[in-house]
Amino acid sequence: MGESSLELRVTPADRRIARYAAAAIALTVAEAAIPSPLPGVKPGLANIVVLIVLARHGWREAAWVSLLRVLAGSLLVGQFLAPGFFLSLTGALTSLVALALAARLPARWFGPVSQSILAAFAHVGGQVLLARAWLVPHDGVFYLVPVFALFALVFGIVNGLAAARLMSAAPAPSAAMRPG
Amino acid sequence: MSGWLALVRPGDWLTVALGALAVALAFPLLWRGGPAERAVIRLDGRVVAEYPLDAARRFEVAGPLGKTVIEIQPGRARVAADPGPRQYCVKQGWLTRTNAIAICAPNHVSLFLSGRQAGYDTLNY
Repeated sequence: MGESSLELRVTPADRRIARYAAAAIALTVAEAAIPSPLPGVKPGLANIVVLIVLARHGWREAAWVSLLRVLAGSLLVGQFLAPGFFLSLTGALTSLVALALAARLPARWFGPVSQSILAAFAHVGGQVLLARAWLVPHDGVFYLVPVFALFALVFGIVNGLAAARLMSAAPAPSAAMRPG
Repeated sequence: MSGWLALVRPGDWLTVALGALAVALAFPLLWRGGPAERAVIRLDGRVVAEYPLDAARRFEVAGPLGKTVIEIQPGRARVAADPGPRQYCVKQGWLTRTNAIAICAPNHVSLFLSGRQAGYDTLNY
């Protein structure tokens, strides 16, 4: 490398975050191809990755993975800076807050399933509030909350179980990245 | 199946139960839309009559084409008859929800149900 080139120090954590984020982005793109009965209702499979990172490497890395996923995922599906991007970003931020709190629950009693459900509710809550404040300035938005909440509960349980299953099936951190 | 159940920790059941409870409560709480309380009858956009939906009564409005008959019963109201050619407002039948509206455009008459809560109206959703 010449003297003028800028060298970026890459820590093992950086590589780890990049790999997990890549997995999360792949899930986001795959999920974008699944038709949804209701706009806004998605399984949020990428959150499985976030839950695994949270359990193995802590909240800070989970936040990196989640936010990188939102950014790169929106670029790939052509939603960057569109309303969908801000909804997705808000959902990611509020669910990260929920995860920060949920991770403090005693691990003996509360696992990825609880974290996933709480994050899913926070995700929907944040999105609905943003939609109310910005996109649809009318209380009619809240009419959809029960439906979104129901899906949040269902997909929250499913994603939590998937994360718990993946972690029990592949206890070594590197093995979790293998697809399938 | 038991393999999946082993992944659920004791407190997770509590979270699931509370989540289900929250969802179950959200439906009646956010979907009630408010029962309609008053029928507002307009001719050319001006309110010509307003009745609470508490007792049965009939009301006639004379528009440019003839008489439109509004029928009110406890909790609901409808356009019972209208001289308009297509009868859309009559075919709508009974209106029960807040902000529901039946418009008899040819005769310039509309029937609107108002309530305490602002919800959707027939046109917007």
